[in-house]
Amino acid sequence: MSAELDSLYQEIILDHYKKPLHAGLRDPFEAEVHHVNPTCGDEVTLRVHLEGDKVADVSYHSEGCSISQASTSVMADLVIGKTVDEAMAIHADFLALMQGKGTVEPDEDVLEDGIAFAGVAKFPARVKCALLSWMAWKDATAKVLADNTLEKA
Amino acid sequence: MGLEGLLPELEIIRKDFPILERTVAGGKRLVYLDSANTSQKPQVVIDTMVDHLENHNANIARAMHALGAESTEAFEGARDRVAAFLNAPSRDEVIFTKNASEALNLVASTLAFRGPLQLGEGDEILITEMEHHSNIVPWQMLAQRTGATLRWIGLTDDGRLDLSNLGELLNERTKVVAFTWVSNMLGTINPVSDLAARAKEVGALVVVDASQAAPQLPVDVVASGADFVVFTGHKVVGPTGIGVLWGHREVLDALPPFLGGGEMIATVTMAESTYAPIPHKFEAGTPPIVEAVGLGAAVDYLSAVGMDAIHRHEQTITRYALEGLASVPGTTVLGPLDAESRGGAISFEMQGVHPHDIAQVLDTQGIAVRAGHHCAKPAHARFGVQSSTRMSSYLYTRPDEIDALVEALNYTRAYFKVG
Ligand SMILES: Cc1ncc(COP(=O)(O)O)c(C=O)c1O
Repeated sequence: MSAELDSLYQEIILDHYKKPLHAGLRDPFEAEVHHVNPTCGDEVTLRVHLEGDKVADVSYHSEGCSISQASTSVMADLVIGKTVDEAMAIHADFLALMQGKGTVEPDEDVLEDGIAFAGVAKFPARVKCALLSWMAWKDATAKVLADNTLEKA
Repeated sequence: MGLEGLLPELEIIRKDFPILERTVAGGKRLVYLDSANTSQKPQVVIDTMVDHLENHNANIARAMHALGAESTEAFEGARDRVAAFLNAPSRDEVIFTKNASEALNLVASTLAFRGPLQLGEGDEILITEMEHHSNIVPWQMLAQRTGATLRWIGLTDDGRLDLSNLGELLNERTKVVAFTWVSNMLGTINPVSDLAARAKEVGALVVVDASQAAPQLPVDVVASGADFVVFTGHKVVGPTGIGVLWGHREVLDALPPFLGGGEMIATVTMAESTYAPIPHKFEAGTPPIVEAVGLGAAVDYLSAVGMDAIHRHEQTITRYALEGLASVPGTTVLGPLDAESRGGAISFEMQGVHPHDIAQVLDTQGIAVRAGHHCAKPAHARFGVQSSTRMSSYLYTRPDEIDALVEALNYTRAYFKVG
C-alpha cells in the first residue's frame, strides 16, 4: 500500500510542501487573483509581476493539501525568470501531464521538479489540487497582458 | 467488542448490507466511515427497487391498467411509510422531492411568491452558523428576492448554538427560523422543540433540516414543534434522487405551488389552472417512483431495527471514537466533546497533515472518510479552520472499524513524519 502512496507523495513533493519556494505576497505586482477549489476549499491568492515579456516574480499565499502546496512552489520556481511565452509552454506541458491519466511521459528538461507530479495524474481526485495554482498563475498573467494591451491601445 | 449500547444484532445487520463484504485498496476490508455523506443500502431496499422495476413498473396516477394501479399503490404506500416514520398527522403532508436541498428550496422559493405568506422588506429570516449550504443558500436567495434581511445565530466555542442573544434575534419581524436538528460538521444535536417554541412565540415559521437527524434518532414532527421538517432519502439507507418535505397542512395549503406541470393541477385551460390539493400540488411531473418505493422500504427497515436502538448504537460508537481520536497526538475534534450532545459525525483536525492527505492515506488502507468543508464553509470559518476530516458512523459500524481508523491515523502521522 505504501508503494501506491509513494507514487503520489514523491519525496520532491513532500520537500516542497515542507519548504515552499517563493511563498508570501510581494510587491510590485500588476495582477492579483484568488482561486479556490470548490470541492475541498483549498485556496490560493497569487500575484504576478511582469517586466517586459519576463515573469519577474510570482508570489502567493495558499492554504491547502500537500499536493496543491507543493505544486504552487514548483510552479513559481519554474516560471520565474522565464519569458511569458516560455512559461506558457511549461504550463501547457504540465496541464497535459496532469490530464493524461498517467499515460504522458513527462520531460524533465521542461518540467524539472514538476515531473514528480506524474503520479498525481493517476489520482483523479487530486489533479485539481495540483492544477489550482497553475490555473491561478495563467489567469493572473492573462489579466496583466490584457491590461497592457489596453494601455497601448 | 463488548461495548454497552451497541445494537445487539449488529452482525446480522451488517449482513444486510452487501457492500460491507467487498474489499478495496488491493484486498483490504472496506471500512466505511462516510455515512453522513451517504449511507449504504440494505438488501431489502435493493430488492424492493429491483422488484418494482421487474414486476410493477408503470407511471403512476395516469396509467389506466393493472401495472399503473400497482405502481401507484407502491408509490403512495411509500408515502404512508414515511408519514408513519415521521409520526405525521396526515399522509397528505408528506411531499416527495428530489432531495433535502430541493425540499428546502421549495419552501424558500414559494415564500417569495405572491400569497399570504410572502416575505417582503423589513421581514427577517433567522438561520444559524452551523448550517449545511443547502440550508443557507436558499435563504440568501429568498432574502435577495424579497428584500428581507438574513440574520443568524452564532456558535459557542464548543460548537453549540449561542442562544445568549436569541431574545434580540427573534422579534416580531422574524418570519422564518430555519435550523438543523443535527449538524453535519460539528455533530451537535440542537434543542429543536425549545427553539421551535421560541420561534412560535413571535409567530415565525419553523423549518427544521433533519437530514442528519432522521438517519439516527427518532423524528416526531409533531413533538418537534416545527412547521416544516425535511430530510433526504440517501442518508436513511434509501436511494438517491428522493427527499421529503413534511409540512403542516395549513401552511402547505397557504403556499403557492413550486413547480408547475402534470399531476399538480385540478384543471387547466389556456388562460389559467387550478391546483390539486396537497401533496400533489407540490409534485409536478412524473415523480421519482422507484426511488420513493425504495425509501419506503428504507424507513421500514430502520423502524424495524428501532430508532431508539440506532441512536444508542450511534452514541456508543461516537463515544468510543471520541476516545480513540483523543489518543492520536495532535488531533483536535471540532464540536462538543461529549457523545450525548452529538450525532455520529466527527470532524477533526490533525496538526501538520492536511485533511486531503489524511483521506488519501486512509483510502489506501480501505478506510473511507470525507475531507474538505463538508458543505459547511461558514461553520469551518467560525472555528478558523479551512477544512477538516470527518468520520461518520452508522448502524452497521463496528468498534474495530474505529480501531482501524485510529491505527491508520497514527500511520498517517508517521508517513508525513509529524510529531
Ligand atoms: C445537514 C444537511 N442538510 C442538507 C443536506 C443536503 O442533502 P442533499 O444533498 O441530499 O440535498 C445534507 C447532506 O449533505 C446535510 O448533511
